[in-house]
Amino acid sequence: MSQVEVSENRPEPLLIANDIVKVFGSGAGEVQVLKGVRLDLVPGELTLLMGPSGSGKTTLLSILGCILRQTSGDLKIAGKLTKGLSPEAMADLRRHHVGFVFQSYNLFPTLTAMENVMLALDVRGRLPVDAPAKARGALDAVGLSHRVDTYPAKLSGGEKQRVAIARALAGSPSVILADEPTAALDSENGQAVMQLMANVSKDKSRAVLAVTHDHRILKYADRIIRIEDGTISTDERPKLAEQVTALADKLATHSAV
Amino acid sequence: MQGSSEAIPGGAGAAAPKQAALRLRMAPKLAYRNLFHDRLSLVVTLIGIVFAVILLSFQSGIYLGIERTIAAVIDKTKGELWVAPIGTKSIDLPSLLPGRERYSVLSVPGVESVETLSMGFARWRKRNGGATTVLLVGSDWNTGGLRPWNVVDGSVEELAAPKAVAIDRTYYGDLDVEGLGDSAEINGMTVNVAAVTHGIRSFTTLPYVFTTLGRAQTMLGAKKWQGSYALISLKPGADEEKVQKEIQARLPDAEVLNRETFRSRSINYWLFNTAAGSGLIAGTLLALIVGIVIVAQTLYASTKDHLNEFATLRALGASSGYIIQVILLQALFSAVVGYALGMALTLGIFKLAEDTTLNVVMTPGLALLLFAVTIGMCMLAAISAIFKVIRIDPAGVFSR
Repeated sequence: MSQVEVSENRPEPLLIANDIVKVFGSGAGEVQVLKGVRLDLVPGELTLLMGPSGSGKTTLLSILGCILRQTSGDLKIAGKLTKGLSPEAMADLRRHHVGFVFQSYNLFPTLTAMENVMLALDVRGRLPVDAPAKARGALDAVGLSHRVDTYPAKLSGGEKQRVAIARALAGSPSVILADEPTAALDSENGQAVMQLMANVSKDKSRAVLAVTHDHRILKYADRIIRIEDGTISTDERPKLAEQVTALADKLATHSAV
Repeated sequence: MQGSSEAIPGGAGAAAPKQAALRLRMAPKLAYRNLFHDRLSLVVTLIGIVFAVILLSFQSGIYLGIERTIAAVIDKTKGELWVAPIGTKSIDLPSLLPGRERYSVLSVPGVESVETLSMGFARWRKRNGGATTVLLVGSDWNTGGLRPWNVVDGSVEELAAPKAVAIDRTYYGDLDVEGLGDSAEINGMTVNVAAVTHGIRSFTTLPYVFTTLGRAQTMLGAKKWQGSYALISLKPGADEEKVQKEIQARLPDAEVLNRETFRSRSINYWLFNTAAGSGLIAGTLLALIVGIVIVAQTLYASTKDHLNEFATLRALGASSGYIIQVILLQALFSAVVGYALGMALTLGIFKLAEDTTLNVVMTPGLALLLFAVTIGMCMLAAISAIFKVIRIDPAGVFSR
């Protein structure tokens, strides 16, 4: 496992997963999908989680999103341990700290773009006074201020995914988890959505993790984690590596002079 | 787009007042849209509810109509106590009292007045041949006795004329009568129709025929001091129970009943000593079951159609309560629309039934009760859908 060392003034992680194990089935049919995964997500980074089919990406994403419970190991989100939480408490953690972006958008076809975003705010409890403004602001941030009253059926794939991102953003979550956000999009829309995700991840109070197979979007990643057979095989920060290499080259050149 | 995310929380503060109308909770909106999005499912749901509402309205309307029909004569009389022959099962199954009750009762302290009501089965011979049985009612309304009500043709005063009787318009066909002035025979005595009432129907389907006390006594072969019932009015402040006991002590060969007891005895006899009541109750239960099953099936199907959306809601962090709220609101909207349609149709059908011998009644209280029952029915029907959604695995949203 190659891992680039991180500087000591690295920000406090928003999500910490320690030795996550997930076993499905029992007895002869038992399958261990995750075998002690350790990772953390820090704010201001877009992390891509990559790996072959069946490697445990989606299972890990479900566990990190408090949708699926791990068999063993600890998960801490925004300082809260998930161990022992009831399903309702897990749901509470999701609605306050996790935003989701799904492969198939999962928008509500009977609601407009604006209403789809407002729904995510509504499930948080009492609809805040500024909910319409927040929803409008989120749609504006993803460049869809002109499509607020449009139903999903009238939106393109890229627009639908942008509404989904706006929905994830509206509640100002600590962590945004995206499942193959570009898989259903053409190249142009895929690039646009990833650029948007990269922008979103620059917020210093938020971490973004996206599961993907799409190699065209690697350039947007601050960090790339590869998972194989239920364990993390590599965890790299290519941009940081490039910076370190560039700095080393520069220093070498300077010494030679 | 760079840095745009920073603008999101609370950004775009402008236009907040304009958006005030949008501040409705989203759950009702989602429920409403889900429901009306699939028109075919909605139509099926509404047909089920409308069918159940009409059936429930009919069963309960007939029940109420029967109660009112049976108790009509009791409800229209004055007086707190009734003296009836021992073993009288219902007001419309009369027999004769031994006689002279009036004089025994009048001397009891607390009694204001006593009126005699003469009732009995009589043979009505039609003017063009044939005969039918009628329930003859004789009373002196001028002294506080039963006065025929809902008179739509002629007048009660004209019943004072010789041979005069009042009949109900509903029974024109049965009695072979076309209107005022027509003649017939009761127990061999000629009578003329001098007044016509509307809506006075009997549960036994025997037509009521009203006349004076003396004429009824003659036709029924009773003596002048003999009646079927004695109606007792009490003086203000009199102790009803005490007076009742005192009269009962003086009339050991008769029963002294208060109005409510006689009313419920009459109703209970016809409804629960015959199959009529159980048939109505079974019909009402059947209507409820049919309604619940149809609504449950369509709500369940609608929920299954939107399962991915409910899973997404769950993934977004919606509590079970929030999702249950959406389902229950769908059921509530269905109930309100279905009830409105069903009640409108019911009232139309009831209007058409006004001139028939079928007495169906709808009161504001019954309409309100049926509304509550319809809502309860739809809420109950939502249970299967609720069980389906609260067992949703939100992890499913990642594999779709």
